[in-house]
Amino acid sequence: MSEITSESLGGIGQSVKRKEDLRFILGKGSYVEDFYLPGMVYGCVVRSPFAHAKINGIDSSEALKVPGVMAVITAKELEGANLSWMPTLAGDTQAVLADKKVHFQSQEVAFVIGETQYAAADGAEAVEVDYEELPVVVDPFKALDPGAPLLRDDKEGQKDNHIFNWQAGDKEATEKAFQNAEVTVSQSTHYQRCHPAPMETCGCVADVNPGTGRTTIYITSQAPHAHRTVLALVSPLKEHTTRLVSPDLGGGFGNKVPVYPGYILATVASLTLGLPVKWIETRSENIQSTGFARDYHTTMELAATKDGKITALRVKTLADHGAFNAQANPMKWPAGLFSICTGSYDIPNAHVEVDAVYTNKAPGGVAYRCSFRVTEASYAIERAVDLLAGELKMDPVQLRKKNFIQPDQFPYTSVTGWEYDSGDYEKAMQVALDLVGYEDLRKEQAEKRAKGELMGIGISSFTEIAGAGPRKDFDILGLSMNDGAEIRVHPTGTVTARFGVKSQGQGHETTFAQILAEELGLPEADILVEEGDTDTAPYGLGTYGSRSTPVAGGAAVLAARKVREKGMKIAAHLLEVSEADIEWKNYQFQVKGAPAKAKTMAEVAFAAYTNAPPGEEVGLEATYYYDPPNFTFPFGTYICVLDIDNKTGEFKIRRFVAVDDCGTIINPMILEGQIHGGLTEGLAIATMQEIRFDDQGNCLNGSFMDYLLPTAVEVPNWDLDRTVTPSPHHPIGAKGVGESSNVGSPAAIVNAFVDALSHLGVTNIEMPVTPWKIWQLLHEKGVA
Amino acid sequence: MLPAQFEYHAPESLGDAIALLKQHGDEAKVLSGGHSLVPLMKLRFAAPAHIVDINGIPGLDYLKEENGVLKIGALVREADLETSDVVASKFPLILDTAKQIADPQVRNRATIAGNLAHGDPANDHPATMLALGAEVVIEGSGGERVLPVSELFVSTLTTALASDEIIKEVRVPVPPGKSGGAYLKIERRVGDFAIVAVAAQVTLDESGNIASAGIGLTNVAPVPVKATDAEASLAGKAPDEAALEEAGRLAAESCDPTTDNRAPAEYKRAMVKELTIRALRRAVERAQGGK
Repeated sequence: MSEITSESLGGIGQSVKRKEDLRFILGKGSYVEDFYLPGMVYGCVVRSPFAHAKINGIDSSEALKVPGVMAVITAKELEGANLSWMPTLAGDTQAVLADKKVHFQSQEVAFVIGETQYAAADGAEAVEVDYEELPVVVDPFKALDPGAPLLRDDKEGQKDNHIFNWQAGDKEATEKAFQNAEVTVSQSTHYQRCHPAPMETCGCVADVNPGTGRTTIYITSQAPHAHRTVLALVSPLKEHTTRLVSPDLGGGFGNKVPVYPGYILATVASLTLGLPVKWIETRSENIQSTGFARDYHTTMELAATKDGKITALRVKTLADHGAFNAQANPMKWPAGLFSICTGSYDIPNAHVEVDAVYTNKAPGGVAYRCSFRVTEASYAIERAVDLLAGELKMDPVQLRKKNFIQPDQFPYTSVTGWEYDSGDYEKAMQVALDLVGYEDLRKEQAEKRAKGELMGIGISSFTEIAGAGPRKDFDILGLSMNDGAEIRVHPTGTVTARFGVKSQGQGHETTFAQILAEELGLPEADILVEEGDTDTAPYGLGTYGSRSTPVAGGAAVLAARKVREKGMKIAAHLLEVSEADIEWKNYQFQVKGAPAKAKTMAEVAFAAYTNAPPGEEVGLEATYYYDPPNFTFPFGTYICVLDIDNKTGEFKIRRFVAVDDCGTIINPMILEGQIHGGLTEGLAIATMQEIRFDDQGNCLNGSFMDYLLPTAVEVPNWDLDRTVTPSPHHPIGAKGVGESSNVGSPAAIVNAFVDALSHLGVTNIEMPVTPWKIWQLLHEKGVA
Repeated sequence: MLPAQFEYHAPESLGDAIALLKQHGDEAKVLSGGHSLVPLMKLRFAAPAHIVDINGIPGLDYLKEENGVLKIGALVREADLETSDVVASKFPLILDTAKQIADPQVRNRATIAGNLAHGDPANDHPATMLALGAEVVIEGSGGERVLPVSELFVSTLTTALASDEIIKEVRVPVPPGKSGGAYLKIERRVGDFAIVAVAAQVTLDESGNIASAGIGLTNVAPVPVKATDAEASLAGKAPDEAALEEAGRLAAESCDPTTDNRAPAEYKRAMVKELTIRALRRAVERAQGGK
C-alpha cells in the first residue's frame, strides 16, 4: 500500500479544486430563486417613496381588483399576530410593515400576494397610501440638534435621536498624553455608507404547510440556525417544526445576516393562504432597503514624540445607523470590535468613543466582509499613521516599523483590552516592500515630481480581528457565538460532515473536507460537507466576521479527534494490542514501534459497524461545539502604487502588492481567490461606492446604474505573497482570511492618493476617491 | 424589475411598422436593440402600451459605402461597426466610439439608429455624428425625409421624429484624404455613460493646416452639443497647441453641464476643454497618417 500523505489526501495546504464549482459552472446550483413548489404564489413589497411621512391610510381596494392579486397585507393585518414590529439583532425594534409612519425611503408598507410575479407587481403599484410628509433628518450631526424631529416616537422613553454612547480605553490618561505630546495630528473622515451588494439579492420561499404542521423556509441566510431561533422567539412558529434551508448563496458579505421584513411577510402570507409564497428582492430593493455597511464619521487623532513614537490615540465617531438600530454586532459590543483601532501598533494610551444616531435612512450597519467594525477601525489607524508620517516628514514605513508591536510582545494585550494572539508585522511588511521594490519607487516618485508628474505609494499594515467569538463575552440575542461540527464516518470509510456555519461562496465544501481529510486520514474526495439545513446541521451562528475557519474549523478538528479517539479503541481491538500501544501517525493507526502493523481509518470505520470491540457502541460519529478561547488576529501589509493624470484626475493603479498572514493556510488557491475578491471590494469602496441621499432622504444611487461595481478593466493585477504565523490557540493555527483584504485595502489605496498629492499640501481625500475629487484638489492647488 | 403589461407587435415590413405606430401614436414605442427602452420599462419609468419590434424586418441591417457616403441601416448593431473594414479604414472616430459604448453584450444588440433616436445626450453616437456632419433618413406615414443630425435633437429624450416615424438609415459622408478623428471619454467605470466625452474630426489641407473640423460633446447639456464656435476657430489654422487650446476653451464655453452622480458641473466643463484638446490632437495625428 502506498504511503498516505497530506498531498494524497488533499489535506491542509493543498490547492484542491473547489468541489462546489462544477455545479455552478454547469448551471446546476440551487439558489433560493430556483425553488418552485407546487401551488406557489408570489409576494411583492409596496415601499415608501418618502423618507419620513405619516401614514393616514392605506387603500388596497384597487390592488385587489388587479387580475391575479390574492391578498394585500398591511400593518393592520400583522398587528393581530403581534408581528407588525420585530426585534433587530442589535436589540432594537424594526417595523415589519410601517404602521403609523415611514422612517426611510423604500421602507416596507404593504405586501401584495399574486398568482404570478407580474400580478403581485401590478397589485403593488395599485395600492394607494395616503402619506403626510414629515421633516426629514439626513445629516447625522443634525440628528442630535436639540430641535431635531424625533424619529423614533414609537419607542417609549426615547426623547431624542441618540441611540448609544460607547467608550473604550482610558480617557484621562489619553487626554494627559495629548496635553504632553510633542506632536499631534487630527483628521476627520467619513467612512462612507456602502453596501455589500451580493450578486444574489435577498429572498425566500416560505411554505407553512397546514397539513403536516411543518414550516419550511428556503432563505438567503448566512445564519439559518440563528434566524430560526429568532423566528421561534417572535412568531407562533415552533423551532422543532420549522426548517430553514439556506441553499447555494450568491454572495452574502454580511448583507444576509439580518432578518428582513420580507422573510416575515412571506411566512405570514403562506400561513394566511395555506400556500407556498416566494418573495425575491429586486436589485434596487436590495440596495435601498437592506443592510448597508460603515457610515462612520470619525475624527482620529494621534499624539507622538518628535522622533515618531506614538504616545496616544484618540478616536471619536458618530455612527449613522439609519431608521432602526439593525446593525449586526454582538450584544455587549454596540460598536463591535471598533476598539481594535490601535491596529498593529504598541500605543500606550487610547480612548475610543462612538455615538450612534437615528436618521431617515435604511437601517443596517452590517459587517460587510468585516469583523464587526474592524474595517472602520483599520481605516482610521492606517490613515492616521500616514497623517503623522506626513507631519513628522518621516517615511511612513519607518514610522510604522518604529511603532509595531514586536514579535516578542505576543500575546499582546492592547490598551483597549484585546489580547492579540500572534504576529510578526515587520516581517510581512518587509516581504511586501521587497516585492514592490519600495526604495526604487520612492526614487522614481521624486524624479516624476520634479517633472510635474503625479505618482503615489500607499501602505497599510493592518491587523484584523476574526473568529467571534469566545462565549464569555460574545453573543447575539443571548446566543453564544459558538459553532458545531458533526461527523459521520460511514462503514465504507466515506464521510458526511455537517456544520452550523454557511458558505456564501467561501468554498467550505472544499476547505472543511481538507481539514477533515488531514485529521481523519481519508481523502477529501470521500468527504461530503453539508451546511444550511437546520433539520440536519448542528447548531451554529453562521458565517460572517471571518469566523468559519476560526470557529467551525476548530469544531471540525476537535470532532475529528473525537472520532480518532474512538478509532484508537477499534484499531487496538483489530490489531490485538492494548490501546496504549496505538498511535495516530502517518494518517493511520499504528502500533508504536511497529509502523507496519497499522489500520487505516477506512478499515477502522468498517470495523466500527461490523466488528466493534466488546462493550463499545457501534458506529463512528462525533459532534463538537467549539468555543474559541480567544479571537484570532490575521494581519498583513498592502502597498498600492498609482499614477494620476494631472489634468483630468484620472488614475491607474500600477501595482498592488498584498502580503497576508492568516496563520495556517488550508487551501492556497481558495485563499488567493478570497484575497482577490476582498481587494476588489476594497478598491470599489475606495474609488467608486457610496450610498448617497439628497436632503429629502431620497437615495441617489439605488441601482447598479449608479452604485458601481468594478469590472476586470478597473481591477489591477493583484500581486500576492504571504507569511505564516500560526495562531497559538486555534487547534490547527488557522486565523481566517475572508475579510482581511477588504479590511486592509481601502487605507492603502487612499494613502496612495494622498501620497501622490502630499507635496501639494494635501493631507486627506474622502472616499470614494474619484477623478473629479482629485481634479478639484489639483485645480485648487493651481495644477489642473 | 417587472415591466407593466404591454402588447407586442412584430411587423415584417417597415410599412407595417409605421402603420402600427400611426395607429397607436404616443402609446407605442419602437424596439430595436432595446438597451435603452427595456431598462426603462423594467423600472416602470416607461410603460408603453404597445411595443413595435422592428428586429424582424428584413433589409435594414446593411452597412456599406456608396457614392462617398457610409450608409448604416436601422438594424446595424454597434458590434458591426467594430468589425467593419470601411469603418476601420475611413472612420477612426466611429470605431473609437463603437468600442467605448457600454460593454460587448450591449453592443451586440444596440443599434446606431436607436442610439440617435433615443435622444439621450448621454449616448455616444450623437456627438460622433454631429462631428462627422451625418444625416438621418426618416420614414413615416407621410413618406421619407432626410434630416441633418444637427437638427434631430430637440430636448432631453425628445427628437424631431414624429410618433409615426422611424430612422431608416444613418448617412455619414466619407471624409476626404488627410482626415482623422478621435473619441475620448471619461467614465466612472467602463461601460458607464460618459461623465464627459468629446468627438473630434479634422480634415487637413495641402499645407497641413486645418481645412475643417467637427466637434461633438456628450452628456454636457440637455441635448448633444455641436461645438460650432470651436469648430470655426480652427478653420485655416495650423494644428498647433495654441489653436487646440483655443478650441478647447470655446468648446467648454459651448456646454451647459449639471452636477449629478457622475461629477460636479465645473469638472465636466473643465474636462470638455481638456478632452477637446486631446481628441483634436489625436485626430490631427491620425489625419497626418498616425494611428
